[in-house]
Amino acid sequence: MAEVSFNNGDAISAAALAGLGGYIVLEASRWDYMAPDGPGPGFFPVWYGIALVVLSLVVVGARVFRIAQEGRGPGSGGARAGAAAAKRREIYHALAVWLAFTISIALLKVLGFMLAFGLLTFFIVALIYRRPWKVAIAVAAGTSLGFYLVFPLALSVALPVGVFGI
Amino acid sequence: MEVIGSLLAGFEVALTPYNLFWCFIGVLLGTIVGVLPGLGPAATIAMLLPLTFQMSPTSAVIMLAGIYYGAKYGGSTTSILLNVPGESASVVTCLDGYQMARKGRAGAALGIAAISSFVAGTVGVIGLMLIAPPLARFALSFSSPEYFALMSLGLAMVVLLAGKSLIKALLAMLVGLWIAGMGTDLFTAGSRFTFGLSEMLDGIDFVIVAIGVFALGEVLGNMESREGGQMLPVPKGLRNLLPTWAELKACRFAFLQGSVVGFLIGVLPGAGSTIASFISYGIEKAVSKHPEKFGTGVPEGVAAPEGANNSETGGAMVPLLTLGIPGSGTTAILLAAFILWGLRPGPLMITDNPTLFWGLVASMYVGNVMLLILNLPLIPLFAQILRLPTYILFPIIFGISMVGVYSVSGSLFDVYMLALFGLLGYAMRKLDYPAAPLILGLVLGDPMERALRQSLMMSQGDVSILVSRPMSATMLFLAVVVLILPLFRKANSWRVKALEEGA
Repeated sequence: MAEVSFNNGDAISAAALAGLGGYIVLEASRWDYMAPDGPGPGFFPVWYGIALVVLSLVVVGARVFRIAQEGRGPGSGGARAGAAAAKRREIYHALAVWLAFTISIALLKVLGFMLAFGLLTFFIVALIYRRPWKVAIAVAAGTSLGFYLVFPLALSVALPVGVFGI
Repeated sequence: MEVIGSLLAGFEVALTPYNLFWCFIGVLLGTIVGVLPGLGPAATIAMLLPLTFQMSPTSAVIMLAGIYYGAKYGGSTTSILLNVPGESASVVTCLDGYQMARKGRAGAALGIAAISSFVAGTVGVIGLMLIAPPLARFALSFSSPEYFALMSLGLAMVVLLAGKSLIKALLAMLVGLWIAGMGTDLFTAGSRFTFGLSEMLDGIDFVIVAIGVFALGEVLGNMESREGGQMLPVPKGLRNLLPTWAELKACRFAFLQGSVVGFLIGVLPGAGSTIASFISYGIEKAVSKHPEKFGTGVPEGVAAPEGANNSETGGAMVPLLTLGIPGSGTTAILLAAFILWGLRPGPLMITDNPTLFWGLVASMYVGNVMLLILNLPLIPLFAQILRLPTYILFPIIFGISMVGVYSVSGSLFDVYMLALFGLLGYAMRKLDYPAAPLILGLVLGDPMERALRQSLMMSQGDVSILVSRPMSATMLFLAVVVLILPLFRKANSWRVKALEEGA
């Protein structure tokens, strides 16, 4: 089949999607497939669930086949290991920001939008972009204030309020 | 004559001070997000969509459409000055635009991009105005089987052209269908895939997925690295932005060719402005008397792709407004916006909502003029936006995303879901799964399931109804051909080459 080759990441994500497809089929099998007046709620999900499983297994199978054909592949030299480490660092960067974003959401109820968002901004500026703390505090305060002026004040859009009333 | 009369009525709507204001805001925001690499019109429209709920639908759609086509204008600025495309559609503009800038002709390159965008944008709107009404009349004969077939064809086209791997695009689309299926069943009112959570009974709001996958996914991807490009000096003064007469003369065919090719490709679901600009550049090079000079800084190499990516917008509006079939992630978000405002794009859209349709068409003429006026003298000003540090820009995007989602429902659960879909969007970027099929699967999932089930109700469960009607059979046949074609090595290598050169 004429397809681009798949890597380990593709195979792992496809395996997860195959699991998702299996879950969809299993869930859908509990609902009516055909009712007296036509297809039931299980009809459509069963088919896209099956398609998800089949296509995901094609990706996994193609990867396994390629590994079996090529053996373990070329050895990982120093340059390759260095590039992989740099790539990992980049991913950790992004995941750290995502985690901080998720924590700031958890803090919305307690601290309110202004403070939670200010802390998120401070984290991004000071720790991710490594700017001086004074700059980080100024940016965090400035953007929080800007959001307050634009949304609740100018546009009357309600923002989450915390225990401090802001 | 009927078209002229309707268009004049449209201008009455578009030229009201209120709509002029929102049109201006839309094209201004569009230009700004077009200039900013890493923030596209899809993400911007998704983020701002919740804030438009208090506006009239006509004004809101005028503004959001302004963002869509305005971003195409702005995208060329970074391509020319930084060799970094502001939008994926401006990738091809880098080839000759940046080379022109390096030769000291940045002003002329920016000017040609703006003039070409204006000509093509106007041609695109004329095409939309002339083709949409007859196509809508034709689509009135469609019933559920035809709609199911049409949506299948649309999804197949998007899957074909969305990424290098057809299988990954299909998987992304299937995940979109699954997310669309969450919540309460359309026919039986039973709950599906709700994980026992009452918050999930209404399904997952489209806005959450769109903002998460597009905006947060993009921002997280951009935050991996802190590097920035080296900007070439921005020319000051209108005189320095005007191309010479010889340059304009060299571009005359490119203006027209880019406009027509872009519009025609825009009408096809899935092809999009990146492919349109790539094909238009290829045609221009093929018919040129000096093809060897392409890539070294020829003005036609800027005019053709910039024209194509702008007229594509008018083309993409045709299937969106007349058939309710979006051809890209951005038009899928626009479709969701229409639905959220209680409108249903389709064959009856023009007759049921003439004010909105013709107001939008007229506003696109007005918006193009605004963009030309904005872009020629103000390019130096827009280029200064690039100096905004990313450590300020990215937290602002996080904040707008949070506020956008929270303002829809006032539910923190939805904001958590936003984080989840942001992670999904980032993972998709890293693993090279295209986002457009997921968004289209999400938008078309419900109507597609409804059309399929209604078709089978009509035939009492007989699947042959889908292939026994000529239109439906033809469209399903085409959808199958579109999906089978890449299995042949030669066809797939052409597809992958086109996507690689366009990406």
